[in-house]
Amino acid sequence: MFAALIILPLIGAAVTWLIPYDRLRPKVLALFAFAHLGLTIQLLTVTPPESAGGWFHLDALGKIVLLSTSILFFTCALYSVGYLFYRRERSNRVLCIGLLVCLSAASLVTITHHLGLMWVALETTTISMAPLIYFNRNARSIEATWKYLLICSVGVALALIGLYFLAYATIVAQVEPSLLLDDLMRDAGKLSSGWVHAAFVFLLVGFGTKMGLAPLHTWKPDAYGEAPGLVGALLSGGLVNLAFLALVRVYQICLATKEIAFFQNALIVMGLFSMIIAAIFMARQADFKRMLAYSSVEHVGIMAVALGLGGTAIFGALFHVLANGLTKGILFLSSGNIHRSYNSKSTDHVRGALRRLPWSGGIFLAGFIAITGSPPFAPFISEFTIISSAFIQGQMLVGTVFLISLTVIFIGMALTVLPMVMGEAPADSETTSYRDSIWTVGPPLFLLLLIFLLGVWIPEPLMAILRDASALLEVRS
Amino acid sequence: MFSLADQILVLVLLINFISLGTSRLIFSIRAVAVQGVLLGILPGLMHPFSWHLVAITVVIIAVKGFVIPLLLSRAVRSAEIKREFEPFLGYVPTLLLGAVFTALSFGFAGKLPMLPDHQNYMFVPASIATLMTGFLVLTTRRKAISQVIGYLVLENGIFIFGLLLAEAMPIMVEAGALLDLLVGTFVMGIVINQIRREFSSLDTSLLTSLKEE
Repeated sequence: MFAALIILPLIGAAVTWLIPYDRLRPKVLALFAFAHLGLTIQLLTVTPPESAGGWFHLDALGKIVLLSTSILFFTCALYSVGYLFYRRERSNRVLCIGLLVCLSAASLVTITHHLGLMWVALETTTISMAPLIYFNRNARSIEATWKYLLICSVGVALALIGLYFLAYATIVAQVEPSLLLDDLMRDAGKLSSGWVHAAFVFLLVGFGTKMGLAPLHTWKPDAYGEAPGLVGALLSGGLVNLAFLALVRVYQICLATKEIAFFQNALIVMGLFSMIIAAIFMARQADFKRMLAYSSVEHVGIMAVALGLGGTAIFGALFHVLANGLTKGILFLSSGNIHRSYNSKSTDHVRGALRRLPWSGGIFLAGFIAITGSPPFAPFISEFTIISSAFIQGQMLVGTVFLISLTVIFIGMALTVLPMVMGEAPADSETTSYRDSIWTVGPPLFLLLLIFLLGVWIPEPLMAILRDASALLEVRS
Repeated sequence: MFSLADQILVLVLLINFISLGTSRLIFSIRAVAVQGVLLGILPGLMHPFSWHLVAITVVIIAVKGFVIPLLLSRAVRSAEIKREFEPFLGYVPTLLLGAVFTALSFGFAGKLPMLPDHQNYMFVPASIATLMTGFLVLTTRRKAISQVIGYLVLENGIFIFGLLLAEAMPIMVEAGALLDLLVGTFVMGIVINQIRREFSSLDTSLLTSLKEE
């Protein structure tokens, strides 16, 4: 079953490579994405036991990330059918292949418990996304691609040396040398703290770069700003969660070594710094896709702070993986539509989107309300859980900075979003052939419905997975 | 045989300084290729003979010593540039910084507990020094190709550390990491070509249209 999850998208990549028609390829992409989603749900309901000596093991943490990635990917694949119809001027072969290879590697990250293999898969997701950021083939997108590729590759390379340090710590401690998560957690108490600390620093910097935590976020606004909407959705809602899962694995080992306080504090500091940076750069942002990138910096910050706080905030962090991932999908897909319609992503030109594109504009507005943590959407629940956990634990300073940042970000984002959707379109606005259709509006609408449902009611099976996952990250003294 | 490995590591460290001190891109690429070949020899000196080992040695030398340098020198030739002009930081300061980092990495490695077998050899300091050198090249150079060279030196540093972990690292993971490096360099080569076409230059300091005002 695990093998099928990895191989199925690869078969899809081979098939899309062979198809000579640009019109047919996105449909095949959607078909394979649907099959992947079906397989994911099957795996979540009937989870096979761990296999290959502990290398493959789908635990509750992996389940959450796999589910959110698969749903988001399926939605983006459906969207690509409509979106690529408007981008017939260039071949979409590389785009479709890259997406499917990335899906395969992403699934591998979620199901493996071998940290080395997880690293290889994570690096594969980085590389497979690079050509997709360059989809628009212009000077700005090449700059974004270069920054993304270089910074993320170096970041992930630093994570590799962190993993090597961990492995060497097992050799020095004369326990069975291994990079299997379960072995490392079992022997964690015996590892020498010098190597383990050095490892944690490198892993935090490495995976933090991939996740886009400030001050390692510099590639993010460029990459998200220049990539097509659906690639931006997958970067900010999918790849970010994979890097978060990698950090969670490190966190699990920290828990087992009983030296968690150091790692937790580092996470809180980086998380809050990310939120502050996002708050500063969000205000007066003239490019709405870059604004969404800073929103992503904010939300990885929220997840890092929640992980650092521990306790009940863990539930918030894990639920935020789903809530943030799906909401980012809504925002990037609908902003892609707006971008197509106005042929501009500058807020000087984009005005009155509600009138010009009632559906896309409305969904974008709803997405903004959701991502800033307003009820009744899912991000409200996760953010509320995290804030209340901070105050219950007596972390007044953390809670206060968190709340202030959220408020400033809400205002900053509103100053950009409200003029975009309200009012009249400027008279000299370019007219384009883009019209809202079921294929381009349906997918983000579907995600909006999902996060609304999750905001009012979490189904029992999902709740059980979230509870199991939180239990895995509990501090035991 | 470990002592011979140690001498090879000295050569690797010297090559670090070559990559820091030269402005000629082709020369720099060749230096990194030699470094890759030297690293390919190392596993053979540390473990008893087996066909498995021969295969690994051949693959590493082929990828690090020939395929990747070939990809890069093709990019240099098609871009028709020979030298790295005006790096962000001059050659003498970077060389001095490289020396400081190398000294620091010996100090850092001395502080960490090591296996008695590895105690008297310089795998760990050489690894960290090479990593830092790569980082230095990456951050102080302007040309896209120099930055890729920096990335390769950094990866070489990580590779040296990996030599100590033969038992912990399954071959599949090592192979995956090497493949990722290869594909990554390949994609970087393509991007370099596009940068040249778009800007008629490989100067990454021209990539500034995406700055926050």
